[in-house]
Amino acid sequence: MAQSLRENLQTIADPRHLQSSVEEVFETMLGVRCEMVPCSGASSPETITSVVGFGGMLTGACVFRSDGATALAIAARLTGMSFTEMDDTVKDAIGEICNMLAGAWKGKVPNLSANCGLSIPAVITGRDYSIHVLAPEFRLHQCYRFDGSGFEVTIICDGLR
Amino acid sequence: MSEIRVLIVDDSSVMRKIVERALRQAGLEPMVVLEAASGVEGLDALRGGAVQLILSDINMPSMDGLEFLRQLRAQKLADGVPVVMITTESSEEHVRQAIEAGAQGYIRKPFTAEQVKERVLPLLAA
Repeated sequence: MAQSLRENLQTIADPRHLQSSVEEVFETMLGVRCEMVPCSGASSPETITSVVGFGGMLTGACVFRSDGATALAIAARLTGMSFTEMDDTVKDAIGEICNMLAGAWKGKVPNLSANCGLSIPAVITGRDYSIHVLAPEFRLHQCYRFDGSGFEVTIICDGLR
Repeated sequence: MSEIRVLIVDDSSVMRKIVERALRQAGLEPMVVLEAASGVEGLDALRGGAVQLILSDINMPSMDGLEFLRQLRAQKLADGVPVVMITTESSEEHVRQAIEAGAQGYIRKPFTAEQVKERVLPLLAA
């Protein structure tokens, strides 16, 4: 029987889980080492965002966001193909990256893996948009760079049992 | 060496290609790959012809990987064919459910080509 996750909020919200998840996914699937960098807040003209929802004892989402050039670079690394535009394959690749980040993160948090399901990834592209969650339980937000490309990953928890 | 027919079930076309690449790197050549984007498509593919190996995601729309596995066993569409789940779901509970439904192997995403080789080749040799 699963115990309450709320009692372990500090452990669940430990940012090191997210950092090691990012490192694991990018090193294993793309063969690159990511460097965590301060988040600048600067917005790029066109961005891609993938969202994978959490359901169960923890509700919320894992959100991956990058500019278009980074998305193309990630898709190229992941597939071995080259891309010049944000086509369906690139969106699929970014969705899968987010899916693996969400799965890796919940797998590192004690008691969470078996008590929290993942949604199918949703991918959003466009300009000048933002995602708001009212009063989250906690929010982890980290920014990374590899090979001159940058991306950010956010874990938003809006419900915890 | 005779041709091996493999069914890869994953709603991500990118992931299907990555799995195929890992299988070829593991030495599964010559290989014919059938692709399906859901459990429903996977069952249809099996009705169209036999395969020697099935790899399936779990989280998919229409019919998830566990239900696909239960259905293919219930409908006897792939008797004796090894099934390996490749998924982001890594809990012991998910592994247990997959084994109970008839999976012989379990690979967690992210994965390396070497991990695919280690989990898949022994099943084909058995």
